[in-house]
Amino acid sequence: MAKRKKTAVSRRGFLKGAAVSAAAGAAAIVAPPIANAEQAAAQQVAQRTTPAFAAGVLAAEARPLATDLEVLTVQDPGSDFMVDVLKTLGFEYIAANPASSFRGLHESFLSYGGNRNPEWITCCHEESSVAIASGYYAVEGKPMAVATFVPAGLQHAAMTLYGAFASHNPVYTILGNHMDAARRRPGIDWSGHSVQDAPAMVRDFVKWDDTPISLQHFAESAVRAYKIAMTVPYGPVVVVADSSLQEDAVPDRSKLHIPKLTLAQPPTGDPKTVAEAAKLLVAAESPLIIAGDVVRDEEGRRLMVELAETLQVPVQGAGRGMPNRHPLSGGGRVGNADVILGLNLSDLFGTIYNFRDQQEVSLTSLIKPGTKLINISAYDLNVPRNYQNIDRYTEVDISIAADPQATLPVLIEACKRLITGDRRRVLDERGKALAAASAQALQRARVEATYAWDATPITTARLSVEVWNAIKDKDWASVGGGGGRLWNNDKFYRFMGEAGGGGVGGGLPIAVGAALAHKKHGRLCVRIQTDGDLMVANGAIWTAVHHRIPMLFVMHNNRAYHQEVMHVQRMGNRRQRGMGNAYIGTTITDPNVDFAMLARSMGAYGEGPITDPKDLGPALRRAVERVEKGEVALVDSVTQPR
Amino acid sequence: MRLLMLMTLMASLLTAQTPSPAPNAAPRGNADNGKKLFVTYGCYQCHGYAAHGGAGGDSLRGGPRIAPKPIPFAAFSKYVRRPLDQMPPYTEKLASDQDLADIYAWLLTIPEPPPVSSIPQLKE
Repeated sequence: MAKRKKTAVSRRGFLKGAAVSAAAGAAAIVAPPIANAEQAAAQQVAQRTTPAFAAGVLAAEARPLATDLEVLTVQDPGSDFMVDVLKTLGFEYIAANPASSFRGLHESFLSYGGNRNPEWITCCHEESSVAIASGYYAVEGKPMAVATFVPAGLQHAAMTLYGAFASHNPVYTILGNHMDAARRRPGIDWSGHSVQDAPAMVRDFVKWDDTPISLQHFAESAVRAYKIAMTVPYGPVVVVADSSLQEDAVPDRSKLHIPKLTLAQPPTGDPKTVAEAAKLLVAAESPLIIAGDVVRDEEGRRLMVELAETLQVPVQGAGRGMPNRHPLSGGGRVGNADVILGLNLSDLFGTIYNFRDQQEVSLTSLIKPGTKLINISAYDLNVPRNYQNIDRYTEVDISIAADPQATLPVLIEACKRLITGDRRRVLDERGKALAAASAQALQRARVEATYAWDATPITTARLSVEVWNAIKDKDWASVGGGGGRLWNNDKFYRFMGEAGGGGVGGGLPIAVGAALAHKKHGRLCVRIQTDGDLMVANGAIWTAVHHRIPMLFVMHNNRAYHQEVMHVQRMGNRRQRGMGNAYIGTTITDPNVDFAMLARSMGAYGEGPITDPKDLGPALRRAVERVEKGEVALVDSVTQPR
Repeated sequence: MRLLMLMTLMASLLTAQTPSPAPNAAPRGNADNGKKLFVTYGCYQCHGYAAHGGAGGDSLRGGPRIAPKPIPFAAFSKYVRRPLDQMPPYTEKLASDQDLADIYAWLLTIPEPPPVSSIPQLKE
């Protein structure tokens, strides 16, 4: 058991002295005038023998002592134990904007924990802390910790925490709070650091939260939180670290136990239902797979390819789950398909219907009558609550609530069992046609890029091609944007998984977190960075520079929140008032932002603004050289709106 | 996927997939003024400053390429007035027939792009 160091005066002794002084003070106020010092002393001695005096001493003994008067130091603070707990969970990093509500934990991570596993990542805003953790997960596949406080820190973090929830990212948030009113500092700890139910404000969009009231409770909830976050479908969690638990001494270490973490295996689809799905897929003449964020690793990607090749079926979407130069990648048409297999689609409805956003909205089915829909999704295991991070209800023929990657081996084997020799020959012929179409699509993509090749502002197609040329011979990884057929997505890690829920401003710090995950592998990270997003939380550039996270930002700078320009334009046209006012409140001009200078102000390398497309390639090559030396670089290219 | 499919569909409706226009089928227009109107009316917001088409977005995705080889003027005018998909409608109150003729005249001036083989960055 830890012992508190004490000052020279013992607690009992000090209390006695204090009580005597207090009693003497009170006597001095109420006693009648005394003739001389000798008489006064005699009177005080006599008072010490009275029952009233003895009762006063006892009352003072029981009264709490102001800690700053006696207990000045502590050994084995609770936050050291918390660090021991959190270290068992294998966090590589913890992101935070500093705050006094977790000062005990902060100090423990650095001094007791050695600032290793996790290493502290300094953030300029809690929105960035969570986004960085989200981006890290989207590459590394495991949670990163975040520390913040209530109320302001969690309020700041709320946007990207919702983004993590919507994109199924297991961000692990440790939340400082002051529950014990008697321990709060006057003023600031009341008005600015204490909430009765601290996680309540984000409870609608985190998967689980808890407020432990003892260190053992913290240990169990911390481990449970990690397990819940990493159980399919993944999601963010919040665990409160009360300030008193952090700062008080551990009462008795021998009575504390850190539970073992055992992650739950992802659920596999029911074999009988999977077999029904396989039957439809094998018999289909024009099947199509449409995939969302499905695979977690290279093995998942291998399984996706194996399924596609087994059935000779085109795969749309899938992102990092399918090599984009594979002959079966990106082909097929929703309108031609007779069987569609959806895998972890966040918007299945929007995939098979066209929503027409006119004054009178309308829907058009994109699939032909009789098309069979099979849906395998872990998102069906979500229970939607207040926030509507689900799509419109979609009628399907087979629905399997399961993890697609875990179900793929079962589905592949079921398909193989059903494919006869004759069927194999038919499927292979289909595959040849799809391969030819894929080659043509790649060539068409090259032709499409030639339109307005020399235009100013720079076309987004030229921007993409120039970036690809600057990175294609490197071990590159996109940490946001880029891609299409012209970027050769030949490895799982070339692109990141889903991150963010659509809020403007999350993209940049998500990219920093993703680059942080790539750092140890030495990959060249590149992010196509929009200007509106950068203006929200650009302090994350400083975080990248400060922590030596090499990465390249290439601006898609159209000097507007362009989508919103288009929304106001749409309203103006519908109302026949024109779009003349659409630029008010939607553009980032007057003055134009000098993004290169902004980057340089935070220690990054910056070039631009570049308006002539001929200047872009050389600027990108210079920037790549800097990134390869370990720097952060930003190239500001002024682009077409879309 | 839906986005790509629709963009492909729109592109095929509006550009080179359709028969080339007969130049004398369009009313006389002022191409210089048409270029300015293309910006003033916000056409470039979706279709790009060179009418080359744009990408990305949700229901506000970039519009398809509409030049070179724009569709015949009658189809062009009809679509602008009563768009079939996501494009905001431009009634006569917002853009006169002469305005459309001017824009169309400018679209006719947009040249073919350079061949892929002439662009080193597009070689694998």
